[in-house]
Amino acid sequence: MNVLRSSTLLRNLAATAIFLVIGFLAVYSVDEYTAGTVAKLALYICAALGLTVLVGGNGQISLGHAALMAIGAYTMAKFLPSRTDDFGQVSIGVIVVGLILAIAVTTLVGAVIGVAAARLRGPYLAGATLALGVAVPGVTTYFHDTFNGEQGLPIPVPRLPASLESAGWTIGHVVALIAIACAAVALLLMANLKRSAVGRHLAAVRDHEISAQLCGLSVPREQVRAFAFSAATAGVGGGLLGLVIQGANPHSFGLVLSLSVLGAVVIGGLGSLRGAIWGSIVVVYLDLILKDELKVDPNAPAAAYGLLLIVVMLAMPGGIQGLLTRLGGRLPRRSAQPQGGN
Amino acid sequence: MKTTIGTGRVARPGRRTALATATLSLALVAAACGGPGGSGGGGGGGSVPGVTDDTIKIGTTQPLTGPAAPGYSRISKAMDAYFKHVNAEGGIHGRKVELLIEDDGYNPTTTAEKTRKLVQQDKVFAMAGALGTPTHTAVLDFLRQSKVPDLMVSSGSLSWNQAEKYPNTFGWQTDYFREGKILADYAKKNVDGKTYCSFGQGDDLGADGVKGVEQILGGDALKAKESYSPSNTNVAPQIGKLQAAKCDVVFGFMIPGFTALALGTSAQLDYHPQWVISSVGADPLSLKAYLKENAEALTQGVIAANYLPVVGTDDPWAKMFTDIHKEYNDGAELDYTTLHGYCMAYAIAQALAAAGEDPTRESLVKAIQEGKVSAGPSPTPYAYSEDDHSGMTGSYISTIDKLQVKPLTKPLVTDDADGAVEEYDGEAEEPPSNGVPE
Amino acid sequence: MERFILFTVNGFAFGAIYASVALALVIIWRATRVLNFAQGAQAVASAYVAWSVTDATGSFWLGVLAALVSGLVIGALVQLTVFRKAESMPHLNAVIVGVGLLILIQAVLGMAYSVETTRTIDAAFSSSKWQVAGTPLVSPQDVFVLGSVLLVMAGIGYLMAKTPVGLRMRAAAFAPDTARLMGVKVSRMLTLGWAVAGLAGAVAAILVVPTSAELTPQVMDGVFVLGFTAAVVGGLDSLVGAVVGGLGVGLVLSYTSGYLSSDLLYPAALVLLIVILLVKPEGLFSAAQARRV
Repeated sequence: MNVLRSSTLLRNLAATAIFLVIGFLAVYSVDEYTAGTVAKLALYICAALGLTVLVGGNGQISLGHAALMAIGAYTMAKFLPSRTDDFGQVSIGVIVVGLILAIAVTTLVGAVIGVAAARLRGPYLAGATLALGVAVPGVTTYFHDTFNGEQGLPIPVPRLPASLESAGWTIGHVVALIAIACAAVALLLMANLKRSAVGRHLAAVRDHEISAQLCGLSVPREQVRAFAFSAATAGVGGGLLGLVIQGANPHSFGLVLSLSVLGAVVIGGLGSLRGAIWGSIVVVYLDLILKDELKVDPNAPAAAYGLLLIVVMLAMPGGIQGLLTRLGGRLPRRSAQPQGGN
Repeated sequence: MKTTIGTGRVARPGRRTALATATLSLALVAAACGGPGGSGGGGGGGSVPGVTDDTIKIGTTQPLTGPAAPGYSRISKAMDAYFKHVNAEGGIHGRKVELLIEDDGYNPTTTAEKTRKLVQQDKVFAMAGALGTPTHTAVLDFLRQSKVPDLMVSSGSLSWNQAEKYPNTFGWQTDYFREGKILADYAKKNVDGKTYCSFGQGDDLGADGVKGVEQILGGDALKAKESYSPSNTNVAPQIGKLQAAKCDVVFGFMIPGFTALALGTSAQLDYHPQWVISSVGADPLSLKAYLKENAEALTQGVIAANYLPVVGTDDPWAKMFTDIHKEYNDGAELDYTTLHGYCMAYAIAQALAAAGEDPTRESLVKAIQEGKVSAGPSPTPYAYSEDDHSGMTGSYISTIDKLQVKPLTKPLVTDDADGAVEEYDGEAEEPPSNGVPE
Repeated sequence: MERFILFTVNGFAFGAIYASVALALVIIWRATRVLNFAQGAQAVASAYVAWSVTDATGSFWLGVLAALVSGLVIGALVQLTVFRKAESMPHLNAVIVGVGLLILIQAVLGMAYSVETTRTIDAAFSSSKWQVAGTPLVSPQDVFVLGSVLLVMAGIGYLMAKTPVGLRMRAAAFAPDTARLMGVKVSRMLTLGWAVAGLAGAVAAILVVPTSAELTPQVMDGVFVLGFTAAVVGGLDSLVGAVVGGLGVGLVLSYTSGYLSSDLLYPAALVLLIVILLVKPEGLFSAAQARRV
């Protein structure tokens, strides 16, 4: 335990292991449909983790994160062999390579956008990223030969090893496992990032630019870095969304997705990695519960979601994680674990 | 809030870490030994998903919210009303039809989720009449993998006719390519105009339609080809270009709202070409709702394709659906979008009936492929066969006269390739007396 | 040439609409340093009020009047209920509150007004173009749209610069503590700012909805994004900037649609925004220095 307490990396590894185990167990024990919702949750977590580092950790804003996610999905679609065999399946290894490529391309684009973004302040950056977010459909339609317009491009699914198939696993379960694994890796990397020198640099820039500069930090460089990190997880999130819906198309990566991921970050608690998880759970399952279980008016889930955003922002700006931390603070401390988001 | 989240599958990292490795190894062992626990159903015994002794469950995805809802939410209401009627008449082979309608807000991600829910959780027998090209494209592969019959997709895209790749998916309405051919053939023979142009939606509706026109008139017959994006209602630049190119015949492949915008904008520019438009955007009642007092003047003389029975005449099908509409729906004047829903629901009922007393997913697909779905209310026969999964084979040409559809031709049929456009001489079918297919 | 004239007139007409949205955003930004993401949705709510009143009374102008009044009321209500608290929070919090309100208002409108009915709002005047030497030039509605926007700009500019109320509003915005010492009811002035912005938004809705096939809760979405672009291009602090930004965006987009492709509308807006902001990071009509990368 002493080792765990003193080493951030080990502690984060352990946390990631727990996340993985619970995620895998969850996928293992549910039916294929629920596994699909777990996959969606995991990809939201991926995207939200990066966005929370950008918004909460570095003080920038992105209202067009779905555009970065779209880049991830389209990279997957372009790289993965278009379906030629009977069921359009490729091996899991190829999918993993596709996801890595998605991350690489999106990170690169994110860094470029970051260079522009670093020159802009709050509302101006909000405007620019909003415009970025709504530009995707037009680009895919105009470059129809490359992106196949509104219908988009297909993305193959992982081939199920025969042994797993006979044991009752489905493609949906495998996709969910891949998504959980990606979320776990993203969690590990982001947690380490936050505790590293880079993470402190990012936070320093967020908290006080001039002081950060006095300490010898280049403000724009830190901001570009933050954008690149968040683009990386958005890329993997987008690639995963492509896997889940078996394709990349402009409608799936619209403003609704940008605002949903941002909503997850805010509801969970800005800047908190755990918060990104809570927020994603709320955003993904609120809609499902209201629509599928309660059968309310089709517009009601949106109304509830909008109301929730307002209430959380006004009444508990720290989000769910902030609330948990406050509740936790009232209890007697059992151990000397460090405070703050993991 | 937390209690409603459900399974609580995500832990709060960073606590009780000593347990982690133990749990991990346990999970790995468990994974190696057995299969996932909850994935039962589907495979067991001879039972058919979605079919019981007295019910048969089918699913559909439709836009009930969002920007596409105002135009298209009427379709699922009509489907629902028709199956209420069927059930009141005793159902199909004694089984009540349970239609599950899921709202996808015209967002393909949601379509994918809701289709999964219908197939994996609700275990529907088949998908039927799912609406939209980009939306339904997102689930084609999933439905193929799940081996779920996918009937009468509610869009005129050519994508549904890929029997080899998607053996369970069937189109229904006349596809945009066929309509383009039929409109062009009519214009070539009957419209005095020399300069042909087109104005279409920037997706398969516009693209396939224009391809159809060019199939008949030749690759360079269209002097100007303009398109619009549904997210931008400013169509004046494009209409202005058509005017500047002196187009006197414009083939339009638009949704009704944009037909209204195009007609209105041209009139404002004092530009009066002969509009020749596909069925999708040609419903006079919808146009009347958009254009109000100007509707009659603006739509007068527009030439349009139509694949549905004519409302307001003595067409027995239109009468039958009007009666059902009065009894089971809101009873407002029957428009062509709603009629689309009724006719499609009828074709679905035909397919379910043809699948036999003890339907299976295989028997359902086989029945459609064997041509057991007769034209019914459709003026042209269906193309269904083992290697052709497109639906209606054509349309008749009509004109809008005082906001009524006035047919100008007999039903015209053609194929999805380079075949000619021909008149269809088959006898029109009589509707069954109780409105339920045998 | 004929086409160039058409695209230019069209660019001005739609640019004026973007400008009207931009004006509403700028008013609030100046008054409270909040970017109101719910502005478009509030405007749509006003449009539904207009439709309901016109539907009930048969009078178009009564509907317009109702929309303007409801714009004022909704603007004030929104500030009093949610934004009063959000104003004192970081920018981002107010942005999120605005997004939440946008989603909420659209959903509530969706519930209150069934999609079964098709709703439209007429143009105030004829949209048929006057012909000059056989070339369609401008329509009365084009003139009305441009005139309304210039009137709103001038009216608000006058209110702010020349009237005691305007002075108090500016004082409340720029030096709230001092203003309070001088006896200005600061919170009331801020509410007033939101109400005026709501009015400008309602004007925008009355101009926008006739250009669209029908009134839906989402009808302002695209226009809001472009209006936002216009406000940012113009510099968020300047009323003149909002109008110039709006007209500039309108022209660029009209030429893009006309000469290239209408698919490129939003990509062109993005490119325009990025180019302007890279040269002047706080918009055309601001004196601020560029941050160096």
